[in-house]
Amino acid sequence: MAKLTIADLKKIKEEYHAGQALREGGFKVKITVHMGTCGIAAGARPIMNVILEELAKSGRKDIAVTTSGCAGLCSKEPMMTIELSGEAPVRYIALTEEKARKIFAEHVMAGKPVKEYALVVGHETTY
Amino acid sequence: MEDLSLHILDIAENSVRARAKRIEITITRDAAGDLLTVEVKDDGSGMDQETLARVRDPFFTTKGKKTGLGIPFLAQAAEQAGGALTIDSAPGTGTRMSVTFKWSHVDRPVIGSMADTLLTLIAGHPDLDVLYEERDDGGVFRFDTREIKKDLEEVPINAPEALDAIRAMLKEQIKFE
Repeated sequence: MAKLTIADLKKIKEEYHAGQALREGGFKVKITVHMGTCGIAAGARPIMNVILEELAKSGRKDIAVTTSGCAGLCSKEPMMTIELSGEAPVRYIALTEEKARKIFAEHVMAGKPVKEYALVVGHETTY
Repeated sequence: MEDLSLHILDIAENSVRARAKRIEITITRDAAGDLLTVEVKDDGSGMDQETLARVRDPFFTTKGKKTGLGIPFLAQAAEQAGGALTIDSAPGTGTRMSVTFKWSHVDRPVIGSMADTLLTLIAGHPDLDVLYEERDDGGVFRFDTREIKKDLEEVPINAPEALDAIRAMLKEQIKFE
């Protein structure tokens, strides 16, 4: 059975508790990577890797990451949707790893949507 | 899709949409039989006979505007590599999908990064339990998020600190690629 080491667990728990005060305010950002067949075939998994990498680097504790199914725009995949608390969701299309990093830096971290990569601002359905 | 780990992610995401709470993924290499077998089992809503009969048809889907290509793609990949895909399912009992490939076949897809597939499932669906097993002549590698969650206690499995440690462990210990 693959197990985390005692040292790993101690470190994880220390780091988690150090950031818990921030978490108590709840999630302020939701990132949804579209992970339908079309999204996966177009490269959604590397986009998820980038998001998780940037999230770890950021130290932010108030960002939720999830996946959804096909949104019906297969030719625009890979896609992801960013929802900031109290703001309309923004759906980004035709992503690359580079675009995902820029969106994370500018929209998720700085709160400014990257308009040139966005398809639509507004209604979002997650499946 | 380029590799099997992407197909497995696709099938597992289908399981999530079918409200699975637990997914068991097993990859077995039988060197003597020249066979690679991938099994994905879930406890989701399952399929009735009518759906099951059509599930390999390209563009057939029960999910509105979805593509309906995931299972046909995988079935085709298996058949091109001297294997086959079988699915057992019934309403309320979940679904078991098994797909085989001739290991030495020139068209057998590479397995790819199961670590990335597992991390995507864990990060995207922290409430889901995932069991992953690799079996070959050298033994068994087993990763069970239920055990990991127990060890993590109050720390959510999708906390960035936990994901980092799980990523490092999986990258080091997963053998199949």
